[in-house]
Amino acid sequence: MNVAVREPRADAAQRLTIVDCDIHPNPRSPDEVRQFLPQRWQRHSAVFGNLSREMYSDTIGYPRMAPAISRGDAWPPGGGPPGSDLEFMRRQHLDPNGVEIGNLIPLTTRGPDQRNLDYAAALCTALNDWQLEYWLRKEPRLRGSVMVPAEDPAAAVAEIERRADDPLFVQVLLPPRTGEPLGRRRYRPTLAAAAAANRPVAIHVGGQGGHCVTSTGWPSYYIEEHHSNVQTMQSLLTSLVVEGVFEDIPGLRIVLIESGFAWVPPLCWRLDSQWKRFREEVPHLKLLPSEYVRRSVWFTTQPLDEPERPRDLIDVVSWLGLDRLLLSTDYPHWDYDDPRQVFGGILNAREKAQVYRDNAKAFYGY
Amino acid sequence: MTGDNAAAAAGVRAAGAPFAVAPIDCDIHPAVPGIRALLPYFDELWREMIVLRGIDKLALSLTSYPTGAPATVRPDWRPASGLPGSDLGLLQRQALDAFGSQFAICNVLHGGQLLHSEDMAAAFCSAINQWIARELLDRDPRLRASILIPLESPGMAVEEIERCSADPRFVQVLFYAMGEMPLGRRRFWPIYEAAVKHGLPIGVHAGSGYRHPPTTIGWPSYFMEDYIAQSAAFETQLLSFVTEGAFAKFPELKVVFIESGFTWLPAFMWRANKTWRGVRAEVPWVKEAPPDLVRHHLRLTLQPVDPPADPKAFERVLDQLGSEDMLLFSTDYPHGHFEGTDALPEALAGSVAEKVLAGNALATYPRLRQQQSVREIAP
Repeated sequence: MNVAVREPRADAAQRLTIVDCDIHPNPRSPDEVRQFLPQRWQRHSAVFGNLSREMYSDTIGYPRMAPAISRGDAWPPGGGPPGSDLEFMRRQHLDPNGVEIGNLIPLTTRGPDQRNLDYAAALCTALNDWQLEYWLRKEPRLRGSVMVPAEDPAAAVAEIERRADDPLFVQVLLPPRTGEPLGRRRYRPTLAAAAAANRPVAIHVGGQGGHCVTSTGWPSYYIEEHHSNVQTMQSLLTSLVVEGVFEDIPGLRIVLIESGFAWVPPLCWRLDSQWKRFREEVPHLKLLPSEYVRRSVWFTTQPLDEPERPRDLIDVVSWLGLDRLLLSTDYPHWDYDDPRQVFGGILNAREKAQVYRDNAKAFYGY
Repeated sequence: MTGDNAAAAAGVRAAGAPFAVAPIDCDIHPAVPGIRALLPYFDELWREMIVLRGIDKLALSLTSYPTGAPATVRPDWRPASGLPGSDLGLLQRQALDAFGSQFAICNVLHGGQLLHSEDMAAAFCSAINQWIARELLDRDPRLRASILIPLESPGMAVEEIERCSADPRFVQVLFYAMGEMPLGRRRFWPIYEAAVKHGLPIGVHAGSGYRHPPTTIGWPSYFMEDYIAQSAAFETQLLSFVTEGAFAKFPELKVVFIESGFTWLPAFMWRANKTWRGVRAEVPWVKEAPPDLVRHHLRLTLQPVDPPADPKAFERVLDQLGSEDMLLFSTDYPHGHFEGTDALPEALAGSVAEKVLAGNALATYPRLRQQQSVREIAP
């Protein structure tokens, strides 16, 4: 989908530095992660591999439109999949784009989704060790996400506590597609542990909850599956608000990653309108639903919603508040937003500094 | 017909009516009082089966519309006895006279349409459609109706459309927002072919047969979450119509989203457009940009409005819809979304009011258009 790739600009040092809240690192091969597993699980991984809730073990049910979901130019010249070569990532992304800090979001190994809960926990621990050894200790600009087994809150809490004193891990990562809506009480200990460790919970599109990707049956195309991430995030945000998670854990901070954000104001209008009709059913909500969102939820920018009239995005941003937006590129994926082009001319220099860098610094304490 | 009714039927404002133009209400919900009331409209075999199995003692009422909830029925619109919407006299006064409506489209929400048995669903739909004709349409000339079809059985659905379309008072075909498969999929196309042939838009009403959890992340705890999730299902359906090529295949097809909300639509169009620009190679038959297809083929009823709190922000959303042709007046009687007859938001009360109240519906429903012009010639 990327037809032309520009040469990295040499004057990076003079430009605005950025905090990129969505970079996807990949292991060069499965063994790179496997080596961090205990023997018992190394063997399990080699013999049984992933036991997931999807029909294919190596992709989703809708083959993507680009190999490894990635930009054509992101394959490292030395081999390995996109996102697997730190030196190449530096050359292609961190240096030319002036990345001051980049948050890693590992996706490919499906640690949080494993049906075998013990393997899920072991794999998440291994993925966290892999992040440390292969990325965080090698590159001071990078930060990690604590991977946790979504369906085993007790093990998730243990993993969060294990990483709580390591400042290189800046957030807890969960998928939006879980077995039950994330606001349901069974997941509350995981969310509470994140808040207690003073880490935001980052929710990146994807995951395998085992449910149909739409609420009305299986669609035919990848273009539909891709968009279904938006409806999924709508239900996730609804669940967190309506189930009373933010009443229960006032210190919880959520950042939703890679779902865009133009859908957020209309969802909040609907939540507020309908709350007036249904509040008898949800007496645990003390505030308007939108007030919980405004207080506790942040959003990354990619894929940036592109109105037909670009300036219409200003309406969305003014409703959400500029301080709620954190820049993300999604490097090395095909739908990467180029920080040099994204937002076109609709943000002035001061606003750009806020969204590209300062909001994330405040949010993560960088 | 009373004097007011006659005036409304000619499309002019009746004395005391709240709007400058007699509205066309595109979503009201008369209720079948009980399955017993349908028995005369089943054939002998089904009548025996229904009684034998005790189905006549059930209501088959939909989980997605809890009839007892004060939230879903306006307190002053609840009859003294029986199901909300089941008292025709009350409905005539409250849903028709009070708003001065020239037409109102009955969307009878009934579980019979969603039965897993294709045969029983078809029998129920046929019985309910006959009941609608005799018990509603024959008794008030302002009433029009949607055709109930067995949702998972395109063949029998087409048969029912062919049968009912002989009656010009049936003006649309009725689906639910959450079914077994997305509505753009090609198994449904024979239904759209029949609908287009007879000048019937495809109405998609909020609701679920719970074939799948109402969210893509599983079963929520509260009814409020199910209700909120309806708009996500409508987004899914819209994208399915676009990407499968249903709009390209049937250029005259009109889809009406009913009780869907509409303030989500601009953000949906932006995202659909962006993704289509990225991966359109997957769906080469989609030759027009999704927002253009949406504006041509989609209409949405007014209630619930789900507006932003700031009226200026609401005006911006209406502007971002990019078309004044899409919104169709509705009260959603007897579901409660507003006080009194205050169904038309201030932002729509200006120059666009005539279109929202009646003009857009006439443009959307060919059968209403024909009948209105007949009335005007020979009142």
